[in-house]
Amino acid sequence: MFKLLSKIFKTPKKTILVEKKISGSLSIRQVDAGSDNACEQELVALSNPIYDIERFGIHFVASPRHADLLLVTGPVTRNMEGPLKKAYEATPNPKIVVTVGDDALDGGIYKDSYAVVGGVSKVIPVDYHIPGNPPSAKIILSHLLKIMEIIKNNKEIRI
Amino acid sequence: MINLIIIFLIGAFGSLILQRDDRLANIWSNSLAIIGALWGLIFSITNFLYRTNSTFIIGKNTLPILSLSLKIDQLSTFFIFIISLITLFSSIYALDYVKHYFKKYNIGALGFFFHLFIVGMFLVVTASNGIFFLIAWEIMSVASYFLVIYDRNELKNVQAGFTYLVMTHVGTVFIIIAFLIMYRFTGSFDFGAIKSGSLSIPQLMKNVIFILALIGFGTKAGIVPFHIWLPVAHPAAPSHVSALMSGVMIKTGIYMMIRIFLDLMQPVPVWWGLLILIIGSISSLLGVLFALTEHDIKKLLAYHSIENIGIILLGLGSSLTFTSLNMPGLALLSLTASLFHTLNHATFKSLLFMGAGAVINETHTRNMEEYGGLIRYMPQTALFFLVGSMAISALPPFNGFFSEWLTYQALFQGIFTLDSTIKWIFIFATGSLAFTGGLALACFVKAFGATFLARSRSEEKHQIKEAPLSLRIGMGGLALLTLILGIFSGKIITFAQKNVHLSSSVSAPNFFVSFLVIILAVILIARYLINKNQKEIVSGTWDCGTTLGPRMEITATGFARSIILIFKGILKPTIQHDIEYHDSENRYLPKSKLVTLKVQDIHHSYFYQPLKQIINIISFKIKRTQSGITNAYILYIFIALIVALFFIL
Amino acid sequence: MNMIILIPLFSPLCIGIIKKIKAIFQNRIGASIFQPYRDLWKLFHKDEVISRDASWIFKLAPFIIFAVTLVAGANLNGDILLIIYTLAIGTFFLALAGMDTGSAFGGFGSSREMTVSALAEGGFIFSLLTISNINLASHGQSFLPGILAFAGFFIVLLAETARFPFDNPATHLELTMIHESMILEYSGKRLALMEWASFNKFLIFCFLGANLFFNFGFAFIPIIIFAFCFAVGFIESTMAKFRFFRLPDLLIISFIFNVVAIGLMF
Repeated sequence: MFKLLSKIFKTPKKTILVEKKISGSLSIRQVDAGSDNACEQELVALSNPIYDIERFGIHFVASPRHADLLLVTGPVTRNMEGPLKKAYEATPNPKIVVTVGDDALDGGIYKDSYAVVGGVSKVIPVDYHIPGNPPSAKIILSHLLKIMEIIKNNKEIRI
Repeated sequence: MINLIIIFLIGAFGSLILQRDDRLANIWSNSLAIIGALWGLIFSITNFLYRTNSTFIIGKNTLPILSLSLKIDQLSTFFIFIISLITLFSSIYALDYVKHYFKKYNIGALGFFFHLFIVGMFLVVTASNGIFFLIAWEIMSVASYFLVIYDRNELKNVQAGFTYLVMTHVGTVFIIIAFLIMYRFTGSFDFGAIKSGSLSIPQLMKNVIFILALIGFGTKAGIVPFHIWLPVAHPAAPSHVSALMSGVMIKTGIYMMIRIFLDLMQPVPVWWGLLILIIGSISSLLGVLFALTEHDIKKLLAYHSIENIGIILLGLGSSLTFTSLNMPGLALLSLTASLFHTLNHATFKSLLFMGAGAVINETHTRNMEEYGGLIRYMPQTALFFLVGSMAISALPPFNGFFSEWLTYQALFQGIFTLDSTIKWIFIFATGSLAFTGGLALACFVKAFGATFLARSRSEEKHQIKEAPLSLRIGMGGLALLTLILGIFSGKIITFAQKNVHLSSSVSAPNFFVSFLVIILAVILIARYLINKNQKEIVSGTWDCGTTLGPRMEITATGFARSIILIFKGILKPTIQHDIEYHDSENRYLPKSKLVTLKVQDIHHSYFYQPLKQIINIISFKIKRTQSGITNAYILYIFIALIVALFFIL
Repeated sequence: MNMIILIPLFSPLCIGIIKKIKAIFQNRIGASIFQPYRDLWKLFHKDEVISRDASWIFKLAPFIIFAVTLVAGANLNGDILLIIYTLAIGTFFLALAGMDTGSAFGGFGSSREMTVSALAEGGFIFSLLTISNINLASHGQSFLPGILAFAGFFIVLLAETARFPFDNPATHLELTMIHESMILEYSGKRLALMEWASFNKFLIFCFLGANLFFNFGFAFIPIIIFAFCFAVGFIESTMAKFRFFRLPDLLIISFIFNVVAIGLMF
């Protein structure tokens, strides 16, 4: 019983307290702009007990209105260009856009295809990029934490 | 009192005279109604303050059983107050509302029947002689019939008027028989004489009078299953008349029930009160369930009237029970709850009907599925409708909450102090009141949301404007009244608790003030202290990237679909899909789809349909006696003479 | 009066404890129990995006809903009907705000919320009626009615605060949301107020339960509330959310428990 109680009240040792503007809490909305779901599998793995992204105060939300960070995957297919813009406009300031995977950078293996726009940065302004095809969950997590540290040190967020 | 009637009679005949000029007739009839209503208000308030009861007779006592006698005691004064109050606001509203009927129908006739209707109501609540009462009752019913069929270009309105006429006269038949039985045993039609002679009526006859009066006045009040005229007649009438009918006319049925059961027929057995409790519970539950299925806004409001009459009957039934069990303190509590709810329902139901009328005037349809987004064009109407919705759903600090609170207290006391079967009936009544409150809240979220919020569900064919000024004044006055009645209900609540010790109490001004203060504090702190530098950006609704059209919003039927499916044992819904395909042979890609959710009217199928069939069968059997042969008719006369002689000698 | 300060102060802590308990059951560390405070702080400092179709009801509703929880909190020792109907004001405006933006999700979230709330009200009134009058019982044991009333009350608590098995507060699937779908359009400070109001509502219900059913003294209340949080966390980790049309059965069961309780008492 005491062990249970101590587990409840213990704070995780390795918390990166993100800079005051975000104050230790980050909401991520994930947008799938026509990806091949490889990155999504890795993102889903972030919430399991091994990687456990919640202990850093980061959680996934359902609506872009609730989000601080838009996590975009996939080369933007033509059908997803409009919705991606709408999702970007629906997110309130201050917001960060992070793209995950090589497809989101410039099209990746779908580069120069007729069906894709070719990279998220052609549609919405992108702040940070996580490379990999797909990046494993550990890499995504460490990149996210690194992004948080950059924001904390620079004390500046793109609007 | 006579002056009051004279004012309205002048109004009636004046509008008939002025019928050539629409505008003048309208102004004449409504201003006289306003003057009369103000007079009635002053009259009733002075009666309350000085506690005067008056009795008088118009003219001399020339006819043997009919004497035009009026008796105005505190109960009648209360109802005169309610009638005057609603007439006042209804007439202010009508000043601009009736302009919508100019050049289409005869405005003079509208004024005439309107005033006659009000005269009828005043006489009904003050008459002290059975025959005089029946005359007044008929005046009220017939005048309101003409008002219901006023918009006679629509066939449905005329049919509705016919249903109303038949049902109200069926009720009147029951009332007449009840009065005849009372006459037979007490020798007079005068209420005073009936009251003193009530001990000489045998108990069996008293029970018969009870059932007859319950059915008769219940038909007017709108209890289930005699309510079928309400949902068709109230929508058909012009909105200010609907407000009066729904707010006041059905309460005259309640008035007579109180008069007969609590005043004339005392002492009564316990089961009278219990039967009224059960009827009230069933009425309120069925009323609100059928309201949820409706997407015609005025029909929805009419079903809510049935529900609220059920609640008033709950108070009345418990009052009767407590009186029969010699608990006068609790009886006072229940009766106060019932009468307070009568007053409150009159105010917020009229407000809602007026709001619906304003909306219908602008959009030219009663179908809620074509509304939407009206709050942008009619902000004040929306605000008043919101106040009405909050009041009818019994949300504090409006008046609906306090009268339902009193009703709850009366029922709780019944549960605590009575035993066995009676206790279980009270528990059933409390349960039905609890569910009714919740379902009414759901229904008004649907009504207000589907009408005013989000975007329009149909293309706007013409510019929708805000309602004219007098409509807004009428509605605004009533909205303010609901708030004031709520905040200052403390006096009524302390009056009700005079001889009863209640474990809890509620203080309206405290609540209201604390609520306002806290809201202001929250708004100020959140906007100005914490959130100084943040901006608000206007953008599109988040729709997951699709394009939002009018079909994406929830419809009124869709909103209520969950509840309808939950109660499908009672409501028996049927869903019909009409699909139009692009290629009718290769039925693969649909072009359009229409989903209709219909609810079977169980009263028709289980009560009225069998009744009609029985009447038809009996009529066919009797038709055989009408053979057309004169000799047979002479034989019938001969037989009748012999039988009559046999009975006389 | 001090309840007005205490309830908003401690409600995020309760929710943090529930999330932590769920995390422990899933063998993770999970967020710290003070995380909801950080979430609210961040939300208060964000900008807002408001839909073009929204009216003043959308803009005013979060303030009203939050104020309603504060008023209900201040009146916790007062009349039970006042508390119930005050919270109903909050539900009313929440449902209206859900319908106001005209998105598909908000509308049917409102529809489901009103269905659940309408049916829960019967059980709620009866359970509070039973327990606040248990000392008036003239005969009979007050133990069995108390247990039945508590079972009924607990089901209503789960229903009104949008917990399992009625609603999943952590879901991302709009088709399964009841409470969450009505706040999908909110952002910034209004979202913070809505979330905080739902936390407050949970704490108010726990407090009502602790005060009425387990009246051992003021010092025991935090322990009882912690027990409630633990129970809710346990239920959320071991049970699945019910299909929507099974929920009315559960609510009617709650109602029947309470009716039997009050019938047994008097």
